Amino acid sequence: MKILVVVEQREGKLNRVSWETIAAGQALAADTGGTLEAAVVGAGVSGYAAEIAAKKLAKVYAIESAGLEPYTPDAFVHALKGFIATNQPALVMMPHTYQVRDFVPKLATAAGSTCISDCIGYKKDGDKLLFTRQMFQGKLAADVSFTGAGPWFVTFQNGAFRGDKAEAGAAAAPVEVVNVEIPAGVVRNQPHEVFKEAKQAVDLTQAEIIVAVGRGIKEEKNIAIAKALAEALGGDLAASRPICDNGWLPMDRQIGSSGQTVAPKLYLALGISGAIQHIVGMKGARTIIAVNKDAEAPIFEIADYAVVGNLFDIVPPLIEEVKKAKAANS
Amino acid sequence: MKILVCIKQVPQKDAPLKLNETGTWIREDVSYEINEPDAYALEEALRQKEKHGGEVVAITSGPARSQQVLREALAKGADRAIHLEDNAFVGFDAYNTARAFAAAIKDEQFDLIFTGLQSDDYGYAQTGVILAELLGHPHATIIMQIEKSDSGIRVKRELEAGYFQFVDMPLPAVLTIQSGISKLRYATLIGIKQAKNKPLRKVALAEVQSALSDNLQKIERLYVPQKTKKTEIIDGSPNEIAKKLVERLRNEVRVL
Ligand SMILES: Cc1cc2nc3c(=O)[nH]c(=O)nc-3n(C[C@H](O)[C@H](O)[C@H](O)COP(=O)(O)OP(=O)(O)OC[C@H]3O[C@@H](n4cnc5c(N)ncnc54)[C@H](O)[C@@H]3O)c2cc1C
Repeated sequence: MKILVVVEQREGKLNRVSWETIAAGQALAADTGGTLEAAVVGAGVSGYAAEIAAKKLAKVYAIESAGLEPYTPDAFVHALKGFIATNQPALVMMPHTYQVRDFVPKLATAAGSTCISDCIGYKKDGDKLLFTRQMFQGKLAADVSFTGAGPWFVTFQNGAFRGDKAEAGAAAAPVEVVNVEIPAGVVRNQPHEVFKEAKQAVDLTQAEIIVAVGRGIKEEKNIAIAKALAEALGGDLAASRPICDNGWLPMDRQIGSSGQTVAPKLYLALGISGAIQHIVGMKGARTIIAVNKDAEAPIFEIADYAVVGNLFDIVPPLIEEVKKAKAANS
Repeated sequence: MKILVCIKQVPQKDAPLKLNETGTWIREDVSYEINEPDAYALEEALRQKEKHGGEVVAITSGPARSQQVLREALAKGADRAIHLEDNAFVGFDAYNTARAFAAAIKDEQFDLIFTGLQSDDYGYAQTGVILAELLGHPHATIIMQIEKSDSGIRVKRELEAGYFQFVDMPLPAVLTIQSGISKLRYATLIGIKQAKNKPLRKVALAEVQSALSDNLQKIERLYVPQKTKKTEIIDGSPNEIAKKLVERLRNEVRVL
């Protein structure tokens, strides 16, 4: 089986998640006796191609065109569709980034095929390849197979494989530059510069103790009890996205893929289900305590200490006990 | 502007899920609700209509129960609805769902088509983008703002880690909408009453069958994920739990 990994570069940098996809590709190639190639797409990308070529790969392609910068789904699909038709990989793997989500369904459709998106692993069942993905926001998992002819597309969730496990090659892999033309009229979107909203007032990246609230807090006025707990602990208050979407806490207290990424000593999650987009922002915490009334909530997968129960019963006595402990210290 | 909003009915967030006998899907006897990002897609469509005039049409596919999300859309202000009604739609992959929608609207011209950016059940994050490709329209994903411009629209895409990007696009276009783009409205009593008289077109599976293919991917097995991390369960009465937690915070986590 011929496997192609398409790595991601953006704003002058190779996205680190690309190493994870290469590691996944190496594992799959070893398990299936396949060959693994990689491609990088953009304008002036041969530097990235050389960087990737240090890994154990049969070949690296630099798919080049001035029309590929800045990123647009139209140009990327045009370039990759043509390349895949010529190169004929059986399986195309990519990281499940915002950029890939933006173009891969279009690419798979244009190629007459399908993408199993946001996978967390794979299995071999006899000759059949199964890709594991989360369902119902992580409450369940599914093994999914391809039923049609290739090329098959798979995207992998951030953190599904270890990037530092991507094996280096004995010698640099050969790099081939593939120049493509993006004819006028193909690209319909006109993207502007990427920007960050006005500087954030709250920086949680250095916080040692974070008390985070999720939708389990139910009402805006209840945030007060989480705040009281954070104050008792001498920590900062943070939230899952729906709390910020509702305007109950400002956006700069949001933790997750579209918010801040934190690594405190203690992350205390109150009424947060543990969707992957939240987890990516806090899984680096040294200790995670989760309070959730649903014993099956995915947050318990990554918690060190699990309290299955109603946060409104548990938080008030916890505040009292913390205060007592602090008073005893002083 | 004529706007189509694709809406999916999904199990309620707090619903306890049970596997079916074959272990390939959940048992259907749970409560359902509108997929959250789709609710935002509908809200944005209604706001665009309020600003620029036009029409909002809601579409869904699924068994009879899913008509509820269309009723909700009509009560909130959508003008009419399309229901591709059949149990079979539940098991469709994103490619087939998009094909079914494309077939159901083939005689209409929409300026904008909105979907939520992904569903809370499958979480494919693909149906909208596939629909765009099938219809030959440009698309943009994870949208947090939409303004009309001289040549079409200017949208704000959310990128990772707090970054954003504006994109100019011609119409017609397909957009996948992110939760939080605006504040959701509630249906009013009058709205709920009026909804009863708004047109709701039912489309049978047979009417779109010729546009469909076999599913290109298949769920072989659905299951409760195995825990990999060692988690200590802290239990007891709330007071006992509080005491145990503080003990851990002091001696193990060492933050007290
Ligand atoms: C592209 C994209 C980007 C995203 N970015 C982010 C992001 O940056 N950050 C983020 O957080 N999310 C993000 N999300 C949203 C994410 O997918 C989830 O929807 C969100 O994290 C859910 O928040 P929650 O856990 O607070 O709410 P829910 O999933 O609704 O969970 C609420 C939890 O509270 C529990 N609960 C209810 N009542 C109680 C009670 N009385 N006591 C104890 N527990 C209770 C419930 O059992 C449930 O588990 C993003 C999604 C997408 C698609």
